[in-house]
Amino acid sequence: MSNNFVETPEQKKTFDAALEELKDVPGPLMKALQKAQEIYGYLPEEVQIRIAETFGVPLSEIYGIATFYSQFNLYPRGEYKIGICLGTACYVKGSGEILAKFKTKLGIEPGQTTADRKFTLEATRCIGCCGLAPVLTVNDEVYGKVTPDDVDKILAKYNG
Amino acid sequence: MLERAHILVCGGTGCTSGNSKQIAAEFERCLKENNLDKEVKLIMTGCFGLCARGPIVVVYPEGSFYQHVQPSDVAEIVSEHILKGRIVERLLHTEKEADGTYKAINDTDFYKSQKRVVLRLCGIINPEDIDEYLAYDGYKAYEKVATEMTPQEVIDTIKKSGLRGRGGGGFSTGMKWQFAHDSVSDKKYVVCNADEGDPGAFMDRSLLEGDPHAVIEAMMIAGYAIGADQGYIYVRAEYPIAVKRLEIAIGQAREYGILGKNAMGLGHDFDIELRLGAGAFVCGEETALLQSTEGKRGEPRQRPPFPAVKGLFGKPTLINNVETYGNITQIILNGPEWFASMGTEKSKGTKVFALGGKIHNTGLVEIPMGTTLRTIIEDIGGGIPNGKKFKAAQTGGPSGGCIPASLIDTKIDYDNLIAIGSMMGSGGLIVMDEDNCMVDIAKFFLEFTVDESCGKCTPCRIGNKRLYEMLDKVTKGEGTMEDLDKMEELCHYIKENSLCGLGQTAPNPVLSTMKYFRDEYIAHVRDKRCPAGVCKALISYKIDPEKCIGCGLCKRGCPVNAISGEIKQPHVIDPAKCIKCGACLEHCRKNAIVK
Repeated sequence: MSNNFVETPEQKKTFDAALEELKDVPGPLMKALQKAQEIYGYLPEEVQIRIAETFGVPLSEIYGIATFYSQFNLYPRGEYKIGICLGTACYVKGSGEILAKFKTKLGIEPGQTTADRKFTLEATRCIGCCGLAPVLTVNDEVYGKVTPDDVDKILAKYNG
Repeated sequence: MLERAHILVCGGTGCTSGNSKQIAAEFERCLKENNLDKEVKLIMTGCFGLCARGPIVVVYPEGSFYQHVQPSDVAEIVSEHILKGRIVERLLHTEKEADGTYKAINDTDFYKSQKRVVLRLCGIINPEDIDEYLAYDGYKAYEKVATEMTPQEVIDTIKKSGLRGRGGGGFSTGMKWQFAHDSVSDKKYVVCNADEGDPGAFMDRSLLEGDPHAVIEAMMIAGYAIGADQGYIYVRAEYPIAVKRLEIAIGQAREYGILGKNAMGLGHDFDIELRLGAGAFVCGEETALLQSTEGKRGEPRQRPPFPAVKGLFGKPTLINNVETYGNITQIILNGPEWFASMGTEKSKGTKVFALGGKIHNTGLVEIPMGTTLRTIIEDIGGGIPNGKKFKAAQTGGPSGGCIPASLIDTKIDYDNLIAIGSMMGSGGLIVMDEDNCMVDIAKFFLEFTVDESCGKCTPCRIGNKRLYEMLDKVTKGEGTMEDLDKMEELCHYIKENSLCGLGQTAPNPVLSTMKYFRDEYIAHVRDKRCPAGVCKALISYKIDPEKCIGCGLCKRGCPVNAISGEIKQPHVIDPAKCIKCGACLEHCRKNAIVK
């Protein structure tokens, strides 16, 4: 896991307050991890230890939850997260080819981040706007009816 | 003051992705500029259903349905339609009557066969304003049950309506409520399963985005019926708009005294908390969902005991799907007989489907049970684009199966779909045309299940992995006829021995495609050929010398220099170098490249 974890005083303050608030909530562990990821962008080992200590559960249990769900990240991610929808509607309309093109262009596999920490490539589950299939997202921006030809244009937009 | 016109802008996920927020902002600006902001009301609604034509804007009182609206069109709509009363015909989604007049939107092909019960307020009200819900009989159903009916009477009403679980299994909702009611405990819970994980299904999301209070009210009714004072809604984190609207709805309901202690002053406590998923398909299975709601790893457990006996935090729990809850207030207000008058003998009411894939009108449709697949695809869906032939429809997501073109007249209900080897599932309906390879589709779904299997039980964890490997062999042309038999045998083992619904239904896409499209499997194995031209290992690219004009475009477009030829002479592809990327096909303007 990470060995160069640093946090800002604000991050620590927000997170401590969030943990305090969760102390009386039944079944708080996932909520704590979601909060942590919201604040830090991923789940550093130090933060997992803090959650384990706060709620008095073994670190293994926290790690078990963090690795069970696909949305939790144990490593920092890129500035731009490119998510190619591989839901059925997008897949039958060719999103597999779009993913392949991103893989070649960025030289990374889904789940990986480029060496310059610029892009993280992800194959996502259905994001629900199947009317626009095939769909991809870059952070919160949605691109619909994408063709493999659009890939260069999209990357150029964020590389500038 | 009453407004003279209402402008409805779709705020569903599809249209929001198409910039509808910017459109609404532009309307706000234009209305202000023309001093119309007091007499014209602007409303962000839930999904209208016709996502393929989004972003959608509807203007009342005329009911003009504008499609593919861009922010740059807004000024024209305001100046022409709102100021001068002239409909902007170039943006209108419409069909004409025989006499040349425009049809009302509800008479157009997409809407006329639909029956909106669950989605009745989606695209009508502003989901972020509780007053609009209240104006449409909101919370009247809860008032009715809490003042006029005993819990048992509520349950009997639901039983009598014939409502069955809309999450896929189709278990009687009334019976489920009865079991939870009959369990004796100091604490009980009502849970809403909004972990809509089927790829290509977005019914639940649209309902939560368009009419969140209908679900909240139904959970209150359920709480009254079974004796619970706490509800949980477990919703996918991938649905940010739905989460936000639920938060707003719960907040407003608390503010109005509708949720909380002594709810609505009627003597019962009820409150709701949201729990967010974190991306695990298996959490749609009810026992896994309860684990995850408790903040743990979402692994299913053995049933019995069923959640109605031992559920959330070990207490009796009623768990229903979003769309199931979406029917409850209407059954209470209109009576079980009204509900049972729709649908078929054993499947009552309506079903919402998310239409997707190779079809013109992708979007959300609600039809009475018993409607044929043909009506959905040809009439409502508007048929297959690009003059292609309909090949199959996939229902039930990774748990369902493919319905071949020969069964297009099947009446859609729970039992008919199971009889033909598919299932209702939560309501994703993906249409495929002749360009889709059914072996590839089966492999796609299996890859999904292998990825999402939680790993707790062996048949699912290892069985599906082996099944996937065999399918992979077939798509690469390395399969044998013996493999096909082995695959079928393995499918049955996995179905019979898996712990939860995910494993028990995972082989369905393989079994149903093997049943209806066996010739395609055989073509892959025996002839080393993919009839639809999808499986890369089995296709080869050739240049038709008759059509090639020797322009050299393909040669320049080829990333591996596999194409050679003199200018103005037919070119040739070297199969040893070709990586089958299809770049030449994209570059050729003469259709000279053949697969």
